[in-house]
Amino acid sequence: MSEFDEFYRENILDHYKNPHNYGLLSDPHAHAEGQNPLCGDEVAASIRFGPDGETIEEIGFAGRGCAISQAATSMMTDLVKGKTATEVAGLPKEELLGEVGIPLSPVRLKCALLGLGVVKVALNRAKGTPLPDEWQGLDIG
Amino acid sequence: MVTAQGALDVARLRADFPIFEQRFHGKSLCYLDSASSAQKPRQVLDAMTEFYETSYANVHRGVYELGERATEALEGAREKVREFVNASSEREIIFVRNTTEALNLVAYAFGLDNLGPGDLVIVTEGEHHSNFVPWQAIARRTGADFAVVPLDEWGELRLDALEAYEGRLVKVVAAGLVSNALGTVNDIPRLAEWAHAHGAICVVDAAQAAPHRPIDVQALGADFLAVSGHKMCGPSGIGFLWGRAEILRSMSPFLYGGHMIRHVGEHETTWGELPAKFEAGTSPVAEAVGLGAAVDYLSEIGFEAIEAHEHALLTYALEQLAEIPGVTLYGPPAERRAAIVSFNVATDSGREVHPHDVAQVLDLDAIAIRAGHHCCQPLMRKLGVLATNRASFYLYNERDEVDLLVESVRRAQETFK
Repeated sequence: MSEFDEFYRENILDHYKNPHNYGLLSDPHAHAEGQNPLCGDEVAASIRFGPDGETIEEIGFAGRGCAISQAATSMMTDLVKGKTATEVAGLPKEELLGEVGIPLSPVRLKCALLGLGVVKVALNRAKGTPLPDEWQGLDIG
Repeated sequence: MVTAQGALDVARLRADFPIFEQRFHGKSLCYLDSASSAQKPRQVLDAMTEFYETSYANVHRGVYELGERATEALEGAREKVREFVNASSEREIIFVRNTTEALNLVAYAFGLDNLGPGDLVIVTEGEHHSNFVPWQAIARRTGADFAVVPLDEWGELRLDALEAYEGRLVKVVAAGLVSNALGTVNDIPRLAEWAHAHGAICVVDAAQAAPHRPIDVQALGADFLAVSGHKMCGPSGIGFLWGRAEILRSMSPFLYGGHMIRHVGEHETTWGELPAKFEAGTSPVAEAVGLGAAVDYLSEIGFEAIEAHEHALLTYALEQLAEIPGVTLYGPPAERRAAIVSFNVATDSGREVHPHDVAQVLDLDAIAIRAGHHCCQPLMRKLGVLATNRASFYLYNERDEVDLLVESVRRAQETFK
């Protein structure tokens, strides 16, 4: 496989062209929006919890931006569904980056992690889960 | 460096730039991001190394020979810059870190003392943030009003819109000579004339102009002009502000400290002569030497040949990109702009390819372009986009590189279709 094909792996292009959990939820229990000022990527995410009030039962996102940001957000929604707010708050970014599966420069890292950051902010607001410093640099609306 | 026909000998000239000896992703570097920062010729690097090895000491202080040699090197660079922009005195050349610092110097040192409620500061919709945000912030701080002259559908300044400000107390008109995002060339002489007729000063961001075309501050008629060294083959960390001596003398200093004083009393300090008054602290001496060498390098080649070469590349690039379905070009036609091409890419199904994705695909072909808002968010809003791709050309670029760009843009379309 060439370096080129490796970068935009089919996996990333699939998620970019056909994102999972696309579209914001009505009456969400948690919601946040964020931008990456470097390239203008935008992501909004909304969450509904299950009967226990903790487990993410439904998640939807909307956004526009580069393939990495939108594909990584799509992958992230699959990853967090079924987990509790506390579990997601503590989810290491490496787990998502493992799904993305390609080496990213510091600039592109910000694109890839935007969606996860937005979800962590939404959970922090709705459930008071911890929000480490590294997520507070996001331009959150 | 110039052939008998007056054209640039690009192959010979490229050999001056060590960066082109490297390979990226196994390919030769196709560097189309000089509007962001230019590569450095050996002549500039050697001048700096030689200065460090033979003449380095602090300046304007030591009575020993080495200190004098260093001072001569700094002042020699200042004289080269003076001649480069045709200033009437070297006192009007102030060394700063970059264009942004030069513009902040004027915004703070002129703005804080001269602006107040009822006054008006005017900038343009096409400005780089460096000539937009300082004025917006200082206007807000002083209670002055802040107005933005709109651009027309070509991205060119609507000088007719200035009529709206007739009768206002205009104090500052700030504009770029060449737009970093679109390559648009502003009619500064006319703008300066309008500013002066209304009692305002005219502040020019020449960061995108100075590397590519001759600058004559007398002909431009403005009051301040800001330039970065790093975009004109000089080192990073140095730029200069040219300002009219009588205005600079009337202004308060921007930074306080060593070298900029005449007398320091316990309760009061008086300021040194120009340019010392605006050069507090130890100067970037080796960087100034590098900038002087860059001025020599460009002057020796000659701007006539540089401009002609860049214009040919620009024209070819605009033609070639326009032939790709799905490519949207921004900005005026070739004859009215500098060698900067801003564009966006969509697939044949109409799907927009984000500039970061285009730039990433191009990077894998060792093509360096800029993707983003180019520090011009007001302009991006005007264009109705979040970001664009920008290819910019300089003296070391070749026609083949335009072909590589076009081929790679098609590849980006294919990847994301």
